[in-house]
Amino acid sequence: MNKNYFEVIRAGINTTFQDLGRKNLNHIGIPFSGAMDNRNYLIANKLAGNELNFPVIEFAYQGPLLKYCGNKINIAITGDVNFILKKNKDKINGNCYQSLTLEDGDEIDIISTNKSVYGYLAISGKLDVKFQWLSCSTNTKANIGANNGRKLESNQKIYISKINENLNNKKLNYINTKIENIRVIKGTNFDYFSKEGKDIFFKKEFIVSKLSDRMGMRLEGTKIDNIVNTNIKSEGLIKGVIQVPADGNPIIMLSDHGTIGGYPKIGTVISADYDKLVQLTPGSKIKFKEVDLASAETLFKLYDLENQNLISQIL
Amino acid sequence: MIKNISNLGDAALYCDFGQEVNKETNTKVIRYFKSIQKKNIIGVNNLTPSYNKLIVSFDLKKNNFKSLKKEIENLDILNSETLSSEKIVIPVCCDEDFSLDIKRLEEKLKIDREIVYEKFFTKDFFCYMTGFIAGMPFLGDLDKAMRVKRLETPRVKVPKGSVGLTEQFANIYTFESPGGWNIIGNTPKDIFDSSKEIKPNLINPGDIITFKRISKDQYQNYNE
Repeated sequence: MNKNYFEVIRAGINTTFQDLGRKNLNHIGIPFSGAMDNRNYLIANKLAGNELNFPVIEFAYQGPLLKYCGNKINIAITGDVNFILKKNKDKINGNCYQSLTLEDGDEIDIISTNKSVYGYLAISGKLDVKFQWLSCSTNTKANIGANNGRKLESNQKIYISKINENLNNKKLNYINTKIENIRVIKGTNFDYFSKEGKDIFFKKEFIVSKLSDRMGMRLEGTKIDNIVNTNIKSEGLIKGVIQVPADGNPIIMLSDHGTIGGYPKIGTVISADYDKLVQLTPGSKIKFKEVDLASAETLFKLYDLENQNLISQIL
Repeated sequence: MIKNISNLGDAALYCDFGQEVNKETNTKVIRYFKSIQKKNIIGVNNLTPSYNKLIVSFDLKKNNFKSLKKEIENLDILNSETLSSEKIVIPVCCDEDFSLDIKRLEEKLKIDREIVYEKFFTKDFFCYMTGFIAGMPFLGDLDKAMRVKRLETPRVKVPKGSVGLTEQFANIYTFESPGGWNIIGNTPKDIFDSSKEIKPNLINPGDIITFKRISKDQYQNYNE
Protein backbone atom coordinates (compact mmCIF):
# COMPACT_ATOMS: atom_id res chain seq x y z
CA MET A 1 0.00 0.00 0.00
CA ASN A 2 1.06 3.54 -0.78
CA LYS A 3 4.45 2.64 -2.13
CA ASN A 4 4.13 5.59 -4.48
CA TYR A 5 4.60 9.02 -2.97
CA PHE A 6 6.17 12.45 -3.16
CA GLU A 7 8.62 13.62 -0.56
CA VAL A 8 8.09 17.31 0.12
CA ILE A 9 11.57 18.84 0.12
CA ARG A 10 10.23 22.39 0.07
CA ALA A 11 6.54 23.07 0.71
CA GLY A 12 6.16 26.39 -1.09
CA ILE A 13 4.30 29.43 0.15
CA ASN A 14 0.71 28.23 0.23
CA THR A 15 0.36 24.72 -1.13
CA THR A 16 -2.94 22.94 -0.50
CA PHE A 17 -5.07 20.12 -1.86
CA GLN A 18 -8.14 21.30 -3.75
CA ASP A 19 -11.05 20.06 -5.81
CA LEU A 20 -14.42 21.61 -6.67
CA GLY A 21 -15.08 22.49 -3.01
CA ARG A 22 -17.93 21.64 -0.65
CA LYS A 23 -21.53 22.68 -1.03
CA ASN A 24 -24.40 23.58 1.27
CA LEU A 25 -22.41 24.36 4.43
CA ASN A 26 -22.36 28.16 4.34
CA HIS A 27 -25.09 28.23 7.00
CA ILE A 28 -22.75 26.65 9.54
CA GLY A 29 -19.84 28.87 8.61
CA ILE A 30 -18.02 26.70 6.07
CA PRO A 31 -17.48 28.32 2.65
CA PHE A 32 -17.03 26.49 -0.68
CA SER A 33 -13.24 26.62 -0.79
CA GLY A 34 -12.09 24.61 -3.83
CA ALA A 35 -9.57 25.47 -6.54
CA MET A 36 -9.29 29.25 -6.96
CA ASP A 37 -8.86 29.15 -10.74
CA ASN A 38 -11.48 26.65 -11.83
CA ARG A 39 -10.47 26.55 -15.49
CA ASN A 40 -6.84 25.67 -14.80
CA TYR A 41 -7.98 23.10 -12.24
CA LEU A 42 -10.21 21.33 -14.78
CA ILE A 43 -7.54 21.39 -17.50
CA ALA A 44 -4.93 19.91 -15.11
CA ASN A 45 -7.18 16.94 -14.39
CA LYS A 46 -8.02 16.40 -18.04
CA LEU A 47 -4.33 16.51 -19.04
CA ALA A 48 -3.60 13.95 -16.35
CA GLY A 49 -6.29 11.66 -17.75
CA ASN A 50 -8.44 12.02 -14.62
CA GLU A 51 -12.09 12.64 -13.93
CA LEU A 52 -12.53 16.42 -13.84
CA ASN A 53 -13.36 16.52 -10.12
CA PHE A 54 -10.23 14.77 -8.78
CA PRO A 55 -8.07 16.29 -6.02
CA VAL A 56 -5.04 18.27 -7.23
CA ILE A 57 -2.24 20.22 -5.61
CA GLU A 58 -2.71 24.00 -5.72
CA PHE A 59 0.23 26.30 -5.12
CA ALA A 60 0.68 30.06 -4.98
CA TYR A 61 3.69 32.19 -6.01
CA GLN A 62 6.52 29.81 -5.14
CA GLY A 63 5.39 26.18 -5.41
CA PRO A 64 6.77 23.03 -3.84
CA LEU A 65 9.93 21.02 -4.58
CA LEU A 66 8.85 17.39 -4.70
CA LYS A 67 10.87 14.19 -5.02
CA TYR A 68 8.99 11.28 -6.53
CA CYS A 69 9.35 7.72 -5.25
CA GLY A 70 7.50 4.91 -6.99
CA ASN A 71 6.34 3.44 -10.28
CA LYS A 72 6.15 5.54 -13.44
CA ILE A 73 3.42 8.16 -13.26
CA ASN A 74 2.13 10.99 -15.45
CA ILE A 75 1.63 14.48 -14.09
CA ALA A 76 0.45 17.78 -15.55
CA ILE A 77 0.99 21.37 -14.45
CA THR A 78 -1.29 24.24 -15.46
CA GLY A 79 -1.19 27.99 -14.98
CA ASP A 80 1.59 30.43 -15.77
CA VAL A 81 4.24 28.32 -14.06
CA ASN A 82 8.01 28.16 -14.26
CA PHE A 83 9.17 24.70 -13.21
CA ILE A 84 12.09 22.32 -13.66
CA LEU A 85 12.15 18.55 -13.97
CA LYS A 86 15.29 17.06 -12.41
CA LYS A 87 16.07 13.65 -13.90
CA ASN A 88 19.31 12.08 -12.66
CA LYS A 89 21.68 15.01 -13.17
CA ASP A 90 19.73 16.66 -15.95
CA LYS A 91 17.63 19.74 -15.41
CA ILE A 92 14.85 20.08 -17.94
CA ASN A 93 12.70 23.21 -18.23
CA GLY A 94 9.10 22.13 -17.83
CA ASN A 95 6.19 23.03 -20.06
CA CYS A 96 2.75 23.72 -18.72
CA TYR A 97 -0.30 22.27 -20.43
CA GLN A 98 1.36 19.00 -21.38
CA SER A 99 1.64 15.87 -19.32
CA LEU A 100 5.03 14.38 -18.52
CA THR A 101 6.15 11.09 -17.05
CA LEU A 102 7.97 10.87 -13.73
CA GLU A 103 10.19 7.97 -12.71
CA ASP A 104 11.50 6.93 -9.33
CA GLY A 105 13.92 9.57 -8.00
CA ASP A 106 12.80 12.41 -10.31
CA GLU A 107 12.23 15.82 -8.80
CA ILE A 108 9.76 18.54 -9.74
CA ASP A 109 10.84 22.03 -8.70
CA ILE A 110 8.03 24.55 -9.05
CA ILE A 111 9.95 27.78 -8.94
CA SER A 112 7.32 30.41 -9.52
CA THR A 113 3.88 31.24 -10.86
CA ASN A 114 5.51 34.12 -12.75
CA LYS A 115 3.09 37.03 -13.10
CA SER A 116 0.11 35.09 -11.78
CA VAL A 117 -0.85 33.72 -8.36
CA TYR A 118 -2.13 30.13 -8.59
CA GLY A 119 -0.95 27.02 -10.41
CA TYR A 120 -2.05 23.38 -10.35
CA LEU A 121 -0.33 20.02 -10.32
CA ALA A 122 -2.43 16.97 -11.13
CA ILE A 123 -1.12 13.42 -10.93
CA SER A 124 -2.55 10.79 -13.22
CA GLY A 125 -4.42 8.72 -10.65
CA LYS A 126 -5.59 9.35 -7.12
CA LEU A 127 -3.96 11.25 -4.30
CA ASP A 128 -4.50 9.59 -0.93
CA VAL A 129 -6.24 12.49 0.79
CA LYS A 130 -8.98 12.86 3.35
CA PHE A 131 -12.43 13.95 2.19
CA GLN A 132 -14.76 15.91 4.43
CA TRP A 133 -18.27 16.63 3.25
CA LEU A 134 -17.44 15.02 -0.10
CA SER A 135 -14.50 17.34 -0.77
CA CYS A 136 -10.77 17.19 -0.10
CA SER A 137 -10.37 20.97 -0.31
CA THR A 138 -8.10 22.20 2.44
CA ASN A 139 -9.64 25.04 4.44
CA THR A 140 -6.78 26.20 6.65
CA LYS A 141 -9.01 28.56 8.63
CA ALA A 142 -11.32 25.82 9.95
CA ASN A 143 -8.73 23.04 9.61
CA ILE A 144 -11.02 21.07 7.35
CA GLY A 145 -10.14 18.77 4.47
CA ALA A 146 -6.97 17.09 3.24
CA ASN A 147 -3.73 17.23 5.23
CA ASN A 148 -5.75 17.83 8.43
CA GLY A 149 -6.83 21.16 7.04
CA ARG A 150 -3.30 22.53 6.94
CA LYS A 151 -1.11 23.73 4.15
CA LEU A 152 1.70 21.47 2.99
CA GLU A 153 4.85 21.40 5.13
CA SER A 154 8.41 20.49 4.29
CA ASN A 155 9.51 16.92 5.06
CA GLN A 156 6.05 15.45 4.86
CA LYS A 157 4.95 12.95 2.23
CA ILE A 158 2.11 13.04 -0.29
CA TYR A 159 0.84 9.52 -0.83
CA ILE A 160 -0.69 8.26 -4.03
CA SER A 161 -3.34 5.57 -3.65
CA LYS A 162 -3.78 4.70 -7.33
CA ILE A 163 -1.72 5.26 -10.48
CA ASN A 164 -3.28 5.43 -13.90
CA GLU A 165 -1.19 2.97 -15.92
CA ASN A 166 -1.96 4.59 -19.24
CA LEU A 167 1.12 6.76 -19.80
CA ASN A 168 0.03 8.36 -23.07
CA ASN A 169 0.97 12.01 -22.95
CA LYS A 170 -1.58 14.75 -23.51
CA LYS A 171 -1.20 18.35 -24.59
CA LEU A 172 -3.19 21.55 -24.98
CA ASN A 173 -2.30 24.75 -26.79
CA TYR A 174 -3.32 27.37 -24.29
CA ILE A 175 -1.94 30.64 -23.01
CA ASN A 176 -3.29 32.36 -19.93
CA THR A 177 -4.33 35.91 -20.60
CA LYS A 178 -4.25 38.55 -17.92
CA ILE A 179 -7.03 41.10 -17.60
CA GLU A 180 -7.27 44.35 -15.71
CA ASN A 181 -10.95 45.00 -16.29
CA ILE A 182 -13.11 43.04 -13.91
CA ARG A 183 -16.83 43.12 -14.57
CA VAL A 184 -19.21 43.55 -11.67
CA ILE A 185 -22.91 43.76 -10.93
CA LYS A 186 -23.94 46.58 -8.59
CA GLY A 187 -24.27 45.46 -4.97
CA THR A 188 -27.20 45.50 -2.58
CA ASN A 189 -25.76 48.53 -0.73
CA PHE A 190 -24.61 50.46 -3.81
CA ASP A 191 -26.55 53.53 -2.68
CA TYR A 192 -24.65 53.69 0.62
CA PHE A 193 -21.88 55.43 -1.30
CA SER A 194 -21.63 59.04 -2.42
CA LYS A 195 -21.93 60.07 -6.08
CA GLU A 196 -18.16 60.62 -6.11
CA GLY A 197 -17.58 57.27 -4.40
CA LYS A 198 -19.59 55.44 -7.06
CA ASP A 199 -17.66 57.25 -9.79
CA ILE A 200 -14.37 56.32 -8.18
CA PHE A 201 -15.45 52.69 -8.00
CA PHE A 202 -16.19 52.43 -11.72
CA LYS A 203 -13.68 54.89 -13.15
CA LYS A 204 -10.49 54.81 -11.09
CA GLU A 205 -7.83 52.14 -10.91
CA PHE A 206 -7.24 50.11 -7.77
CA ILE A 207 -4.11 48.23 -6.80
CA VAL A 208 -4.18 44.69 -5.43
CA SER A 209 -2.71 44.76 -1.90
CA LYS A 210 -0.18 42.34 -0.44
CA LEU A 211 -2.80 41.45 2.18
CA SER A 212 -4.57 39.11 -0.23
CA ASP A 213 -4.98 35.38 0.14
CA ARG A 214 -7.48 32.57 -0.48
CA MET A 215 -9.96 34.34 1.82
CA GLY A 216 -10.01 37.73 0.25
CA MET A 217 -8.36 40.29 -1.99
CA ARG A 218 -7.77 43.72 -0.50
CA LEU A 219 -7.53 46.70 -2.81
CA GLU A 220 -5.99 50.11 -2.40
CA GLY A 221 -6.96 53.26 -4.18
CA THR A 222 -8.95 56.44 -3.80
CA LYS A 223 -11.16 56.17 -0.73
CA ILE A 224 -14.80 55.36 -1.51
CA ASP A 225 -16.95 57.61 0.62
CA ASN A 226 -19.89 56.10 2.49
CA ILE A 227 -22.80 58.49 3.15
CA VAL A 228 -25.24 56.15 4.93
CA ASN A 229 -23.56 53.75 7.36
CA THR A 230 -20.19 52.03 7.33
CA ASN A 231 -21.75 48.95 8.93
CA ILE A 232 -24.79 46.87 8.03
CA LYS A 233 -26.48 44.20 10.13
CA SER A 234 -24.28 41.15 9.59
CA GLU A 235 -25.53 39.06 6.69
CA GLY A 236 -24.37 36.30 4.35
CA LEU A 237 -21.40 36.58 2.03
CA ILE A 238 -20.57 34.72 -1.16
CA LYS A 239 -17.42 34.66 -3.23
CA GLY A 240 -16.99 37.65 -5.50
CA VAL A 241 -18.81 40.07 -3.18
CA ILE A 242 -17.00 43.41 -2.85
CA GLN A 243 -17.37 44.96 0.61
CA VAL A 244 -16.21 48.45 1.50
CA PRO A 245 -15.38 48.94 5.20
CA ALA A 246 -15.02 52.30 6.92
CA ASP A 247 -11.53 52.94 5.54
CA GLY A 248 -13.01 53.16 2.03
CA ASN A 249 -10.82 50.44 0.49
CA PRO A 250 -12.69 47.55 -1.20
CA ILE A 251 -12.22 43.91 -0.16
CA ILE A 252 -13.27 41.13 -2.54
CA MET A 253 -14.43 37.86 -0.96
CA LEU A 254 -12.57 34.85 -2.38
CA SER A 255 -13.13 31.08 -2.05
CA ASP A 256 -12.24 30.69 1.67
CA HIS A 257 -14.20 33.80 2.75
CA GLY A 258 -15.93 34.25 6.11
CA THR A 259 -19.59 33.34 5.58
CA ILE A 260 -21.03 36.39 7.36
CA GLY A 261 -19.96 40.00 7.21
CA GLY A 262 -21.13 43.42 8.26
CA TYR A 263 -19.69 45.81 5.70
CA PRO A 264 -21.76 47.36 2.87
CA LYS A 265 -21.67 45.50 -0.44
CA ILE A 266 -20.83 47.81 -3.35
CA GLY A 267 -20.78 45.10 -6.00
CA THR A 268 -20.20 41.47 -6.94
CA VAL A 269 -17.68 40.18 -9.47
CA ILE A 270 -19.42 38.22 -12.23
CA SER A 271 -18.86 34.46 -12.29
CA ALA A 272 -17.23 34.60 -15.73
CA ASP A 273 -14.38 36.81 -14.44
CA TYR A 274 -13.59 35.02 -11.17
CA ASP A 275 -10.75 32.82 -12.52
CA LYS A 276 -9.00 35.85 -13.99
CA LEU A 277 -9.55 37.95 -10.87
CA VAL A 278 -7.83 35.51 -8.50
CA GLN A 279 -4.73 35.44 -10.71
CA LEU A 280 -4.01 39.16 -10.21
CA THR A 281 -0.82 39.52 -8.19
CA PRO A 282 -0.24 42.12 -5.47
CA GLY A 283 0.65 45.39 -7.17
CA SER A 284 -1.53 44.67 -10.21
CA LYS A 285 -3.95 47.29 -11.45
CA ILE A 286 -7.63 46.49 -11.44
CA LYS A 287 -10.55 48.42 -12.90
CA PHE A 288 -14.23 47.65 -12.40
CA LYS A 289 -16.73 47.76 -15.21
CA GLU A 290 -20.46 47.60 -14.61
CA VAL A 291 -22.56 44.98 -16.38
CA ASP A 292 -26.19 43.98 -15.90
CA LEU A 293 -27.45 40.56 -14.88
CA ALA A 294 -28.44 39.49 -18.40
CA SER A 295 -24.96 40.28 -19.76
CA ALA A 296 -23.32 38.49 -16.83
CA GLU A 297 -25.39 35.39 -17.57
CA THR A 298 -24.41 35.47 -21.25
CA LEU A 299 -20.76 35.99 -20.37
CA PHE A 300 -20.90 32.99 -18.07
CA LYS A 301 -22.34 30.83 -20.85
CA LEU A 302 -19.43 31.89 -23.07
CA TYR A 303 -16.93 31.20 -20.30
CA ASP A 304 -18.40 27.76 -19.71
CA LEU A 305 -18.46 26.96 -23.43
CA GLU A 306 -14.80 27.89 -23.69
CA ASN A 307 -14.04 25.57 -20.76
CA GLN A 308 -15.84 22.74 -22.51
CA ASN A 309 -14.10 23.55 -25.76
CA LEU A 310 -10.65 23.50 -24.13
CA ILE A 311 -11.40 20.25 -22.32
CA SER A 312 -12.63 18.63 -25.54
CA GLN A 313 -9.37 19.54 -27.30
CA ILE A 314 -7.44 17.31 -24.90
CA LEU A 315 -7.57 13.80 -26.29
CA MET B 1 -43.17 36.97 3.97
CA ILE B 2 -40.08 37.92 1.96
CA LYS B 3 -40.26 41.67 1.38
CA ASN B 4 -38.04 41.68 -1.68
CA ILE B 5 -35.87 39.32 -3.70
CA SER B 6 -33.00 40.83 -5.67
CA ASN B 7 -29.87 39.38 -7.24
CA LEU B 8 -26.52 39.31 -5.46
CA GLY B 9 -24.17 39.01 -8.39
CA ASP B 10 -25.24 36.57 -11.09
CA ALA B 11 -25.46 33.37 -9.04
CA ALA B 12 -27.35 34.22 -5.84
CA LEU B 13 -30.73 35.46 -4.63
CA TYR B 14 -30.78 38.08 -1.89
CA CYS B 15 -33.99 37.60 0.08
CA ASP B 16 -34.79 40.58 2.28
CA PHE B 17 -37.13 40.08 5.26
CA GLY B 18 -36.98 43.70 6.45
CA GLN B 19 -34.70 45.92 8.47
CA GLU B 20 -35.58 44.75 11.98
CA VAL B 21 -33.38 42.40 13.95
CA ASN B 22 -35.71 40.46 16.20
CA LYS B 23 -36.80 36.92 16.89
CA GLU B 24 -39.96 37.23 14.83
CA THR B 25 -38.18 38.30 11.63
CA ASN B 26 -35.38 35.81 12.18
CA THR B 27 -37.89 32.98 12.68
CA LYS B 28 -39.28 33.76 9.22
CA VAL B 29 -35.77 33.59 7.77
CA ILE B 30 -35.14 30.23 9.44
CA ARG B 31 -38.47 28.82 8.26
CA TYR B 32 -37.64 29.76 4.65
CA PHE B 33 -34.14 28.38 5.06
CA LYS B 34 -35.42 25.03 6.31
CA SER B 35 -38.19 24.83 3.72
CA ILE B 36 -35.77 25.50 0.83
CA GLN B 37 -33.27 23.05 2.32
CA LYS B 38 -35.91 20.31 2.29
CA LYS B 39 -36.96 21.08 -1.27
CA ASN B 40 -33.65 20.13 -2.95
CA ILE B 41 -34.12 22.71 -5.70
CA ILE B 42 -32.02 22.11 -8.83
CA GLY B 43 -28.71 23.96 -8.75
CA VAL B 44 -29.06 25.44 -5.25
CA ASN B 45 -25.65 24.94 -3.65
CA ASN B 46 -25.64 27.14 -0.56
CA LEU B 47 -28.07 28.85 1.79
CA THR B 48 -26.87 31.59 4.11
CA PRO B 49 -29.47 32.75 6.63
CA SER B 50 -28.73 35.73 8.87
CA TYR B 51 -30.75 38.01 11.19
CA ASN B 52 -33.10 39.32 8.52
CA LYS B 53 -31.72 38.15 5.17
CA LEU B 54 -31.36 34.86 3.36
CA ILE B 55 -28.92 34.34 0.52
CA VAL B 56 -29.64 31.47 -1.87
CA SER B 57 -26.61 30.60 -4.00
CA PHE B 58 -26.90 28.48 -7.09
CA ASP B 59 -24.86 26.89 -9.84
CA LEU B 60 -25.22 29.11 -12.89
CA LYS B 61 -24.85 26.06 -15.12
CA LYS B 62 -28.00 24.56 -13.68
CA ASN B 63 -30.36 27.41 -12.82
CA ASN B 64 -30.76 31.17 -13.17
CA PHE B 65 -31.98 34.13 -11.15
CA LYS B 66 -35.32 34.58 -12.88
CA SER B 67 -36.59 31.04 -12.64
CA LEU B 68 -35.22 30.45 -9.13
CA LYS B 69 -36.83 33.68 -7.92
CA LYS B 70 -40.18 32.47 -9.22
CA GLU B 71 -39.71 29.12 -7.52
CA ILE B 72 -38.85 30.68 -4.17
CA GLU B 73 -41.76 33.12 -4.40
CA ASN B 74 -44.19 30.27 -5.00
CA LEU B 75 -42.68 27.98 -2.41
CA ASP B 76 -45.06 26.59 0.18
CA ILE B 77 -43.82 27.54 3.59
CA LEU B 78 -45.96 25.08 5.49
CA ASN B 79 -47.50 26.35 8.69
CA SER B 80 -46.76 22.98 10.20
CA GLU B 81 -43.09 23.59 9.41
CA THR B 82 -42.17 23.95 13.05
CA LEU B 83 -38.63 24.72 13.96
CA SER B 84 -36.94 21.84 15.64
CA SER B 85 -35.19 23.83 18.32
CA GLU B 86 -33.06 22.40 21.07
CA LYS B 87 -32.33 23.67 24.54
CA ILE B 88 -28.61 23.64 25.20
CA VAL B 89 -26.65 24.53 28.32
CA ILE B 90 -23.11 25.84 27.82
CA PRO B 91 -20.70 25.77 30.79
CA VAL B 92 -18.63 28.94 31.06
CA CYS B 93 -15.77 29.75 33.41
CA CYS B 94 -15.26 33.41 34.31
CA ASP B 95 -11.93 33.06 36.06
CA GLU B 96 -9.76 36.13 35.50
CA ASP B 97 -7.66 34.18 32.97
CA PHE B 98 -10.77 33.85 30.80
CA SER B 99 -12.93 36.90 31.55
CA LEU B 100 -10.62 39.10 29.52
CA ASP B 101 -12.85 42.16 29.28
CA ILE B 102 -14.71 42.08 32.59
CA LYS B 103 -13.10 45.35 33.72
CA ARG B 104 -14.11 47.06 30.52
CA LEU B 105 -17.66 45.69 30.88
CA GLU B 106 -17.86 47.00 34.46
CA GLU B 107 -16.67 50.43 33.35
CA LYS B 108 -18.82 50.73 30.24
CA LEU B 109 -21.97 49.32 31.82
CA LYS B 110 -21.35 51.02 35.17
CA ILE B 111 -22.37 47.92 37.09
CA ASP B 112 -20.47 45.61 39.38
CA ARG B 113 -18.99 42.47 37.82
CA GLU B 114 -21.14 40.12 39.87
CA ILE B 115 -24.24 41.82 38.49
CA VAL B 116 -22.81 41.55 34.96
CA TYR B 117 -22.36 37.81 35.51
CA GLU B 118 -25.75 37.40 37.11
CA LYS B 119 -27.53 39.10 34.22
CA PHE B 120 -25.60 37.00 31.73
CA PHE B 121 -26.14 33.64 33.43
CA THR B 122 -29.85 34.07 34.08
CA LYS B 123 -30.70 34.89 30.47
CA ASP B 124 -32.22 32.58 27.84
CA PHE B 125 -30.56 33.23 24.49
CA PHE B 126 -31.96 32.57 21.03
CA CYS B 127 -29.61 31.48 18.23
CA TYR B 128 -30.14 33.80 15.25
CA MET B 129 -27.49 32.37 12.95
CA THR B 130 -24.17 30.56 12.79
CA GLY B 131 -21.17 31.47 10.73
CA PHE B 132 -18.40 33.95 10.04
CA ILE B 133 -16.08 31.19 11.25
CA ALA B 134 -17.24 27.57 11.27
CA GLY B 135 -19.88 26.94 13.92
CA MET B 136 -19.83 30.38 15.59
CA PRO B 137 -23.32 31.06 17.00
CA PHE B 138 -24.83 34.57 17.15
CA LEU B 139 -27.08 34.65 20.22
CA GLY B 140 -29.53 37.27 21.44
CA ASP B 141 -30.82 39.34 23.01
CA LEU B 142 -28.91 40.84 25.90
CA ASP B 143 -30.81 43.22 28.20
CA LYS B 144 -30.44 46.90 27.32
CA ALA B 145 -28.35 47.38 30.46
CA MET B 146 -25.79 44.86 29.14
CA ARG B 147 -25.09 46.32 25.71
CA VAL B 148 -21.59 47.52 24.81
CA LYS B 149 -19.81 48.23 21.56
CA ARG B 150 -16.95 46.23 20.11
CA LEU B 151 -13.41 46.86 21.31
CA GLU B 152 -11.89 49.93 19.64
CA THR B 153 -8.93 47.80 18.60
CA PRO B 154 -9.87 44.19 17.91
CA ARG B 155 -7.67 41.41 19.33
CA VAL B 156 -5.41 39.70 16.84
CA LYS B 157 -6.11 36.41 18.59
CA VAL B 158 -9.19 35.61 20.62
CA PRO B 159 -8.69 32.22 22.36
CA LYS B 160 -10.84 29.28 21.28
CA GLY B 161 -13.91 28.84 23.48
CA SER B 162 -14.14 32.54 24.36
CA VAL B 163 -17.64 33.88 24.94
CA GLY B 164 -18.03 37.43 23.69
CA LEU B 165 -20.60 40.22 23.97
CA THR B 166 -21.37 43.05 21.55
CA GLU B 167 -24.50 45.16 21.48
CA GLN B 168 -27.52 42.85 21.91
CA PHE B 169 -25.58 39.69 21.03
CA ALA B 170 -23.35 37.01 22.53
CA ASN B 171 -21.15 34.65 20.52
CA ILE B 172 -18.69 31.82 21.06
CA TYR B 173 -15.33 31.66 19.28
CA THR B 174 -15.17 28.11 17.92
CA PHE B 175 -11.57 28.62 16.81
CA GLU B 176 -8.78 30.96 17.77
CA SER B 177 -9.54 33.94 15.57
CA PRO B 178 -9.13 37.70 15.32
CA GLY B 179 -12.08 39.49 16.87
CA GLY B 180 -13.41 42.53 18.67
CA TRP B 181 -16.10 41.22 21.00
CA ASN B 182 -15.94 41.79 24.78
CA ILE B 183 -14.85 38.50 26.30
CA ILE B 184 -16.75 37.52 29.44
CA GLY B 185 -15.55 33.92 29.87
CA ASN B 186 -14.54 30.68 28.20
CA THR B 187 -16.27 27.35 27.64
CA PRO B 188 -14.46 24.00 27.70
CA LYS B 189 -17.23 22.50 25.54
CA ASP B 190 -16.60 21.81 21.85
CA ILE B 191 -19.03 24.00 19.91
CA PHE B 192 -17.81 22.86 16.51
CA ASP B 193 -16.42 19.41 15.74
CA SER B 194 -15.36 18.93 12.13
CA SER B 195 -14.92 15.19 12.63
CA LYS B 196 -18.70 14.91 12.80
CA GLU B 197 -19.99 15.15 9.27
CA ILE B 198 -23.62 14.86 10.31
CA LYS B 199 -23.89 17.47 13.02
CA PRO B 200 -20.63 19.38 13.43
CA ASN B 201 -22.43 22.32 15.04
CA LEU B 202 -23.56 22.04 18.62
CA ILE B 203 -25.76 25.12 18.25
CA ASN B 204 -28.06 25.77 15.30
CA PRO B 205 -30.36 28.66 14.34
CA GLY B 206 -33.53 28.58 16.43
CA ASP B 207 -31.93 26.83 19.42
CA ILE B 208 -32.34 28.18 22.96
CA ILE B 209 -29.10 28.59 24.89
CA THR B 210 -28.37 29.19 28.55
CA PHE B 211 -24.94 29.58 30.09
CA LYS B 212 -24.00 27.88 33.34
CA ARG B 213 -21.18 29.27 35.45
CA ILE B 214 -18.46 26.78 36.39
CA SER B 215 -15.34 27.06 38.53
CA LYS B 216 -11.81 26.89 37.19
CA ASP B 217 -11.52 23.45 38.74
CA GLN B 218 -14.62 22.25 36.89
CA TYR B 219 -13.26 23.85 33.72
CA GLN B 220 -9.96 22.04 33.96
CA ASN B 221 -11.57 18.69 34.74
CA TYR B 222 -14.29 19.12 32.15
CA ASN B 223 -15.22 15.92 30.37
CA GLU B 224 -17.80 15.96 27.54
